[in-house]
Amino acid sequence: MTDPAIRARQIAEAHAGMDGPLLPVLHAIQSELGHIPPDVFPEIAAALDLSTAEVHGVVSYYPDFRTTPPGRRILRVCRAEACQAMGGAALADALRAGLGLDWHETRADGAVTLEPAYCLGLCACAPAALVDGAPRGRVTADTLLAEVAP
Amino acid sequence: MTLTLFLPRDSAALALGAEAVADALRAEATRRGIDLRLVRTGSRGMVWLEPLLEVERHGARLGFGPIATGDVPALFDSDFGPHPAALGPVADIPFLARQTRLTFARCGVIDPLDLDAYRAHGGLAGLARAQDMTPEQIIAALTDSGLRGRGGAGFPAGIKWRTVMQADGPRKVIVANADEGDSGSFADRMLMEGDPFALLEGMAIAARAVGAETGYIYLRSEYPVCADILRAALEVFHTKVLAGSGFTIELRIGAGSYVCGEETALLNSLEGKRGTVRAKPPLPAIAGFLGRPTVINNVLTLAAVPHILADGADGYAAHGTGRSRGTVAFQIGGNVRHGGLFETGPGLTLGDLVNGICGGTASGRPVKAVQVGGPLGAYFPPALFDTPLTYEDCDAAGGLLGHAGLTVFDDSADMGQLARFAFEFCAVESCGTCTPCRIGAVRGMETLDRLIAGDPQAAPLLADLCEVMRAGSLCAMGGFTPYPVESALRHFPDDFAGQREAAE
Ligand SMILES: Cc1cc2nc3c(=O)[nH]c(=O)nc-3n(C[C@H](O)[C@H](O)[C@H](O)COP(=O)(O)O)c2cc1C
Ligand code: SF4
Ligand code: FES
Repeated sequence: MTDPAIRARQIAEAHAGMDGPLLPVLHAIQSELGHIPPDVFPEIAAALDLSTAEVHGVVSYYPDFRTTPPGRRILRVCRAEACQAMGGAALADALRAGLGLDWHETRADGAVTLEPAYCLGLCACAPAALVDGAPRGRVTADTLLAEVAP
Repeated sequence: MTLTLFLPRDSAALALGAEAVADALRAEATRRGIDLRLVRTGSRGMVWLEPLLEVERHGARLGFGPIATGDVPALFDSDFGPHPAALGPVADIPFLARQTRLTFARCGVIDPLDLDAYRAHGGLAGLARAQDMTPEQIIAALTDSGLRGRGGAGFPAGIKWRTVMQADGPRKVIVANADEGDSGSFADRMLMEGDPFALLEGMAIAARAVGAETGYIYLRSEYPVCADILRAALEVFHTKVLAGSGFTIELRIGAGSYVCGEETALLNSLEGKRGTVRAKPPLPAIAGFLGRPTVINNVLTLAAVPHILADGADGYAAHGTGRSRGTVAFQIGGNVRHGGLFETGPGLTLGDLVNGICGGTASGRPVKAVQVGGPLGAYFPPALFDTPLTYEDCDAAGGLLGHAGLTVFDDSADMGQLARFAFEFCAVESCGTCTPCRIGAVRGMETLDRLIAGDPQAAPLLADLCEVMRAGSLCAMGGFTPYPVESALRHFPDDFAGQREAAE
């Protein structure tokens, strides 16, 4: 077994006593490994008494779970209405052009991943983003680009 | 002498630089040899003033905001006296003074993790009362208060709790719906970051009323700061309040799906499944999480409960009119001058709130539209600004109040693109169970593109499509997407070239 598979198995086994353990397990694996490689699905399935297809179905359903490694920085930009009211569409265009990325893509040099969000609860200081989970309000493309891809 | 200062650790304050201000305050205090006690609070909800720094003088909290790191030395020089950012007593700021703060009374005032401060400000009195009451009495008080669900549907909380209390089955469950998926909404987040014990106390009372052993908070992953605060609050609450009670609460994090805010999809997600919507019946109250009788309520519904028990059902019901009882926490965002959270009894009109209290747009241009009630809510034009902000009146005006988020747009807004976005959002987030929602959203985008480009024949097609989605969708995702679309068409026909032609 590969190292990630061993770790995935350990993490899944540690959660096996919970009611409804699959999402906590997937979050824990992703937070440790950065992503959930498909070759660990059978390990998760075995530890939680599920089928590999079930694990695959859940991983693929939720936008947060990724099966490939993310960039070193993760930029999550709000696309929802309050941010649009403050120029969010133009911001998104400038970021995609500036990074050379579309939504959900990671730059070839592994520097940054661009993700959309549909509201970050920062609607009264729009437009908003999360940079590696840290909230940013009244953002501009320039300040965000300077932070994630200097 | 210790200097006590208050600075929010709320996500919006952090998004506007509060952490850098905190660092600067600590560094400046050290430089001056001052013993600083920096209390990290929630937010008062006046987001345009964040980061809002407060100091207590002669029993009043004086505010300074918005503060940047560069302001810090001058604030110390004047001993937190005259300063260009000085606001005077925070409680007298009109935006705050005009509110009725019940659910948010402590938010922005106390350290959210300080259980003694929580108790000193009225916390735990509701749970203490509940311990002297029978489950029947607790539920009667809830019913008498008229409390309705704050998650959008407005279902009476007392009826839901009674169903779970009477349901057979051990291992009943309390779930706090903290998915807060509606764009334009942030009241749940503010409450959980600023006064998390209120939610936990509400859950503990619910557990006592229905006889539950386990509680879950299902929090959206878009709120990482909130997750940290909740984790810390849970640790305190478990050790100091719940120990020995037989009730425990677990925090679970969502994974980026909007539909998981719908209660049955949420339960599937908690169980570790794909977050698709279940057909009802069975109601979650009868067969919810893993088939167990489950109370599932919005964060604000649960957080309102301690106050109702502590101060009496009548006091709560005295606020409001008709079937809208208690207070509503409006959240005003987007292109707005004074955005934030405004808690009040119902009765205020849309125009009072947006143009009066919030001062119109941030850009200074005229308001063109306000979307009320999240991404599935209608766009209201200024012609409807005399609509009172109650569930019933918003309904009668062709919209919905929902979770009471209001998103303001100035006259540069393109309603055609916003209507298209409503379909795009539905296409991205559809759970896939119903064809009208899954396929209709994509067809809707295409049809709107034609209408925007000037094809008048797209208008009747779009009307049919909306009708099919309304009638043939299992949940509000597909069923309510026509609200933003058709309200934009109805009130702003000029933004759709084909609609204009069809009308002529
Ligand atoms: C698509 C969809 C999304 C929803 N999202 C949320 C949400 O994010 N938070 C919430 O409390 N309720 C949400 N609801 C409503 C819940 O299904 C449910 O009515 C609510 O949790 C009940 O709690 P309450 O009675 O306290 O309002 C949503 C409903 C639908 C149809
Ligand atoms: S309306 Fe859409 S989101 Fe709701 S159950 Fe049907 S397919 Fe799923
Ligand atoms: S709409 Fe962008 S943060 Fe809420």
